[in-house]
Amino acid sequence: MSKLSVIDNKRCVGCQSCMFACSRRDGNAGLSNSCIGVKSASGIEGDLTVVVCRACADPPCAKVCPTNALIPKKGGGVRLQKTKCIGCKLCQQTCVIDAVFWNKEENKPVICIQCGYCVGYCPHQVIKLLK
Amino acid sequence: MNAFNDTLSRVLYIDVKNKKFWVTERKDLFDKYIGGAGVAIKLLQEECPSGADPLSPENPIIFAVGPLVGAFPLASKTVAMFKSPHTGDLGESHAGGRSAVAIRLAGYGAIVIKNASDMPIYVAIHGNKVFFRDATTLWGMGSSLTAARVMREREIGTGYRSIMRIGKAGENMVSYASVTVETYRHFGRLGLGAVFGSKKLKGIIISGKQTLQVTNKKTYKDLYDRIYKEAVNSQVMKKYHDIGTPINILNLNNLEALPTRNLKQATFEYAEKISGENIAQNYLGKRVACAHCPTACIHLANLREQYSDSPYFYKTTFVGYDFELLYALGSMLGIEKPEDIFMLIEEVEKFCMDAMSSGVVLAWATEMFEKKLITENETDGLNPEWNNTKTYIAMLSKIVNPPNAFYKAMAKGVSHAAEIYGGKEFALAFNKNEMPGYHTGPAAHLGFLIGARHSHLCNAGYSLDQSLLLTQDVAPETIIDKLIDEEAFRQILSSIVVCFFARGIYNLDLISQLLATMNINYNTDDLKRIGKEIHAEKYRFKCREGFSFDKLEIPGRLFETPEPTQKINKEFMRAALNYAKEKIKCQ
Repeated sequence: MSKLSVIDNKRCVGCQSCMFACSRRDGNAGLSNSCIGVKSASGIEGDLTVVVCRACADPPCAKVCPTNALIPKKGGGVRLQKTKCIGCKLCQQTCVIDAVFWNKEENKPVICIQCGYCVGYCPHQVIKLLK
Repeated sequence: MNAFNDTLSRVLYIDVKNKKFWVTERKDLFDKYIGGAGVAIKLLQEECPSGADPLSPENPIIFAVGPLVGAFPLASKTVAMFKSPHTGDLGESHAGGRSAVAIRLAGYGAIVIKNASDMPIYVAIHGNKVFFRDATTLWGMGSSLTAARVMREREIGTGYRSIMRIGKAGENMVSYASVTVETYRHFGRLGLGAVFGSKKLKGIIISGKQTLQVTNKKTYKDLYDRIYKEAVNSQVMKKYHDIGTPINILNLNNLEALPTRNLKQATFEYAEKISGENIAQNYLGKRVACAHCPTACIHLANLREQYSDSPYFYKTTFVGYDFELLYALGSMLGIEKPEDIFMLIEEVEKFCMDAMSSGVVLAWATEMFEKKLITENETDGLNPEWNNTKTYIAMLSKIVNPPNAFYKAMAKGVSHAAEIYGGKEFALAFNKNEMPGYHTGPAAHLGFLIGARHSHLCNAGYSLDQSLLLTQDVAPETIIDKLIDEEAFRQILSSIVVCFFARGIYNLDLISQLLATMNINYNTDDLKRIGKEIHAEKYRFKCREGFSFDKLEIPGRLFETPEPTQKINKEFMRAALNYAKEKIKCQ
């Protein structure tokens, strides 16, 4: 399977186009449904960090889910079964790279499905879908 | 359309005296005036009593964003409105960074700050919650960067929040103190920083990331892609992301229109050195972007400085530069080396004071000293002279912490200082706002004089000078008509709110289609009408607060230093202003 990867975070200009793209997958505007994040390490004057799900082979987020709402996928990463999720945030707390994002409106995690839609909107080739 | 939910018409009111906040639904304003500048001017008219002292608790601060923010690329600006302590009339200033997207996605179309706090505070707005934090310990800090770092480390929302703050210039109410956003963007020019200072408001942090509904998902995505592609691939935006606005240094110098040494000249013999091309090649460290803008026009230079006490001890800083800064803190002061300009930029950034006004004030003082109209008594022992960066750095510090009446006067702008100390004919300000870097001809200067925005003082004038006046004779009335038409169009841009750099992409027809996806239905004629109405409303406020065409003074220096069109003369300018007065009518 393909995996979303950060090729060079130093090329990132912080325009957030990837974040908006991710949220726009379902057709709406805004940012609530985004599961890619760009943050500054120490203000805009410092380096920017791009946070994407690494699609772990043995995903810690799935291991802590009390309702088995996060189902490990073949080849890495997880799939969210929304109807099972109780919004306890354990998955978010467990991910050490903060790649489990949170949709406050639904009170559920937003999980990257490695679709690569964001890649098409990065003007500076920071991210890529790798086989 | 049933149950279309948009939070745009929610206005967040924050009373910093009583530490209270509430939200009021203002569909009445947003339906009629779109958002941004249109809504902000109406809120300002409502909230600011006639004749209010700009530094009193009566003066409100309004922030407004528009319907396209958070939905489409390049819709990245927040409009601030207030009564300006610098000019005494309309204060309007725009800034990007992450401010607009953060306000919109926190669930608001506008924020109104009322009253004044009795102690230093900063306000944290996280979605529906507003917190009043004690900022006593941040007050008086030498660098605004440190205050921002503290706010950053103590608050949530990393990656989607905006941090606005003032520095010592704002705290001490220098009338051209700015509010800095995300380190490199500013609500500059007309003294919003001083209004923050008068309210003991050190900063505002705001975060949110809600969903925005659209009317038709497919149309929305298609329109988005069209704009995104234009923004990334077209020539329209190229000049902003490659060399950036500093490309104008050589352009204007070649035209003989680059204000130099207080506009004693319009060419600079070191223009090549301080050009955007040279800086990009030798100093450009990286580029960054405002939220939701793929253009990344923010150019940061690498400034490497050696400490004087040790040969192997350096500091390296990223300094943001743009055309206006290279002009005001460069050619205007005769600064020959980019490093020196960067050091001056670093200094005004630290204090959060407007770079353009600071440069023009220093340029006037230099000429005053040169002409012996002031002495070391006024300058507190300093000898201002062109290209003397060290002295200018010392003077900036004295403007912020005035040791005497002269520096106190400089802290109120060049018009005010010249009123007291003389040199009015070379005090380069328009309606008390210091000039930008375009001595291209009469249209640019008329634009500065009659512009309803008075922020960058940016207008269509300099392009009219080059496209029309350079090659033909045009009646002063025609220039005014064209300037006002363009102003009315720009009211639409600043109400939806998109960056003016994107004006080549966002035409009225496209704007109408984009608004429809946000469930707002205006045809292009409606938009033109609303643009004119907003322009008229701004003038209503200005005139109410004492603006008058008859009081506008034109600095004599404009007529002495030749400009490319050779069409500036007193008769032309007066005829144009008389016509503008007729056309705009102060009521």
